[in-house]
Amino acid sequence: MRMPEPDASIIARRAEIAENLRRIVPGEGVIVAEAERRAYESDGLTAYRQSPMIVVLPETTDQVSRILRYCQAEGVKIVPRGAGTSLSGGALPLADGVLLGLGKFNRILDIDFANRCAVVQPGVTNLGITNAVQHAGFYYAPDPSSQIACTIGGNVAENSGGVHCLKYGLTTNNVLGVELVLMSGEVIRLGGKQLDAAGYDLLGIIVGSEGLLGVVTEVTVRLLRRPATARAVLVGFPSNESAGNCVAAIIGAGIIPGGMEMMDRPAIHAAEAFVQAGYPLDVEALLIVELDGPQVECDHLIERVRSIAEANAAVSIRVSQDEQERLSFWAGRKAAFPAVGRISPDYYCMDGTIPRRRLPEVLARMRVLSDQYGLRVANVFHAGDGNLHPLILYDANKPGELESAESFGADILRLCVEVGGVLTGEHGVGVEKRELMPVMFDQVDLDQQLRLKCAFDPDGLLNPGKVFPQLHRCAELGRVHVHRGALPHPELPRF
Amino acid sequence: MTLFKPEDAPALREIVAWAAGEEQPLEIVGGGSKRSLGRPLQVAHTLDLSALSGIVAYEPSELVLTARAATPLSEIAAALDSHHQMMAFEPPDWGGLLANPAGQTLGGVLSCNLAGPRRFKAGAARDHFLGFAAVSGRGESFKAGGKVVKNVTGYDLCKLMAGAFGTLAVLSEVTIKVLPRPEKTRTVVVLGLDDHGAVAAMTAALNAPHEVSGAAHLPTALAGRSAVSYVAGSGRSATLLRVEGPGPSVEHRCAALRGELAGFGAIEELHSANSALIWREVADVALLRDGSERVIWRLSLPPASAPALIAALARQIDARHFFDWGGGLVWLAVAADGQGGDDGGAAAIRAALAGCGGHATLIRGGAALRSVVPVFEPQGGALAALSARVKESFDPRRILNPGRMYRDL
Repeated sequence: MRMPEPDASIIARRAEIAENLRRIVPGEGVIVAEAERRAYESDGLTAYRQSPMIVVLPETTDQVSRILRYCQAEGVKIVPRGAGTSLSGGALPLADGVLLGLGKFNRILDIDFANRCAVVQPGVTNLGITNAVQHAGFYYAPDPSSQIACTIGGNVAENSGGVHCLKYGLTTNNVLGVELVLMSGEVIRLGGKQLDAAGYDLLGIIVGSEGLLGVVTEVTVRLLRRPATARAVLVGFPSNESAGNCVAAIIGAGIIPGGMEMMDRPAIHAAEAFVQAGYPLDVEALLIVELDGPQVECDHLIERVRSIAEANAAVSIRVSQDEQERLSFWAGRKAAFPAVGRISPDYYCMDGTIPRRRLPEVLARMRVLSDQYGLRVANVFHAGDGNLHPLILYDANKPGELESAESFGADILRLCVEVGGVLTGEHGVGVEKRELMPVMFDQVDLDQQLRLKCAFDPDGLLNPGKVFPQLHRCAELGRVHVHRGALPHPELPRF
Repeated sequence: MTLFKPEDAPALREIVAWAAGEEQPLEIVGGGSKRSLGRPLQVAHTLDLSALSGIVAYEPSELVLTARAATPLSEIAAALDSHHQMMAFEPPDWGGLLANPAGQTLGGVLSCNLAGPRRFKAGAARDHFLGFAAVSGRGESFKAGGKVVKNVTGYDLCKLMAGAFGTLAVLSEVTIKVLPRPEKTRTVVVLGLDDHGAVAAMTAALNAPHEVSGAAHLPTALAGRSAVSYVAGSGRSATLLRVEGPGPSVEHRCAALRGELAGFGAIEELHSANSALIWREVADVALLRDGSERVIWRLSLPPASAPALIAALARQIDARHFFDWGGGLVWLAVAADGQGGDDGGAAAIRAALAGCGGHATLIRGGAALRSVVPVFEPQGGALAALSARVKESFDPRRILNPGRMYRDL
């Protein structure tokens, strides 16, 4: 993976730039010492490492604004960072860039139950929001698996999902407003406590923009009332196909479960060996279906799910009888990543989405690829929305194995696109899937996205090297190639 | 004046490319049902998309539907209905309100980012818009998003197209997320509340775990116009709380809700047909249709601010109102000849909203009014400049619905 060639003339100015940043953020908020910078060299995609030129940790919107204005004037690149849990390298630093850490923006500013929303700073953790409102029976719905650590600012950048997003939506469906600092240093507010924003839906573009369009300094999120109860069913199947059919039948019956997770045989065995969740080991696929809502609704739907499972070749069915049992069903699924980490020195987590009906075919072809590459793969799957997380097992200490795992991963994502799916369901493109963007989008598609980037950041200084395979000059992209000519369809009626 | 009616996406591209080359602005029309919404256009050419029609793919178990942009909404709804599914954002039909019988199209509904009473629970059109193919104002065909329900690949341009009123690109094909239709629907009605009491009751209901999917308040005068006799005949205001889902759950939650709201006032319950009818009236703004020439405004604001806003406005303009979205959506019908003055109440409404955070859109008003009063909430400074750069990035020659939202976009 090649990042943009570092600008030696900028790196040579490190001390001067740091000095100027200290005038904006005094004291320990500007980090230059090599050993301290190294703490920021990687995010959740640990295969890539790069120490930033300088780290700056502002505490106020005004400081962020002045930092960006200064960097824009001086042509210095910026990489924003929340908690650094990105799985796609979204916060990977640049050797000639300033890493802008938002960790000090960690206050909850306003909890407004009457309007069912909260205003928080971007460095507040996802779970921190729920923790602050659960005393009143509320929560913040999107629950990425890193929710204990990941920040809401990072969630906005990545449009994070989670296990419950088929029913409750992604970040984009749960954010009402942001305060945003543009690369020019200008501060704008998009949305607020109301449900619809005025004018263009720029908030909708900011969510999921992977830190390329602006720096979010405040977020207004929707709060939901916690469902009264939740119950889960654990179902074993003799084949991936029958599990897939069961998922389709549940949705076809008009049931949208709070969560619907599938694991394949290698994932089941790894999880069971790690946490002894009581999973059946003689099945090819395991499905966890969770219903949430009023008790009477859960009880009603759980019986319907049970009968649908029975009609779809289920070989084992367990319905949670209490909260402890429900949590035990989830224990294995939630521990799937570390469980796989236990049976392999390293693993590489992929994130494609496919039309669910293509699942058996995709898993079969993945097994063929697995044999070709000589690398094992375990699959966990957000079955309701078709979001597949293949975990490729490899050993980074074996020469060439990381590259092999990456190429296996790229083949899986190409396969996802080929069957009608997409490169990433929730982890983002980042640096990881940057080179694969042309698999899904042609040059005209990508150029249009890049033009939008130019509207926010004309000099390409904000998080360059992420998402797009090529950097372009905005002036070039903006040029209109005009072909003057005759009126098309001269046969059409004129009035 | 020329009317262009492309038969397919390549023909559409050719026309827009010509218009871009010749700098000839186009009015983009799907069904034409909302032509009177927005600033009046002064363009020589009409781009009629009605031939770009038909469902391309519909997979009920994948919860995804792809259709050409000008597919009639009625055709989409019928296809979904036959599989017990729906567009969960519950697109309203403002045909009666705008006195325009033309049918809506899917692309039009998405472009206007419509949303019905389920907005606070299920989102607006933007939240169900998964992917599209379009022609930009540069005359280039491009696509964005995908055809699966979960996707974060690239910028979420669907959000930008939703609510852009055709000023950025011409949609040719769209993909939306669809959801199962609820098995059963009932509405709990609290009678006789004033605006403050109604918002308090709706807040209590929405903050309780009963999964209310509609919360509206009809003041006495409007409740009296309902076609639902239980409501019209009560002679009192009606605060409506909708409960949807599987049968046993709906019955249980209605009972719980009645308990929750017992202290607020007399309670009635509307079942299937009446419940459906009254929410149609709310979504379609049917009760403000009274043959008058009143100017109609749609206000989006923090729900708890609604009663104070109405109280403040009542001192300045002659307006009828009702609440949807638990107070987060306020509909106003302002008397044209009253103290509202020449601006249809715009100054008073926007000044009142400035205090609570929110914005107003002029939904119905004469062309003269719409050309002098900002139809969409005015923007200034860095935000207006950014919006202009966004417009330019898609439509540098300003040929697509120029000026429909803002004079400079």
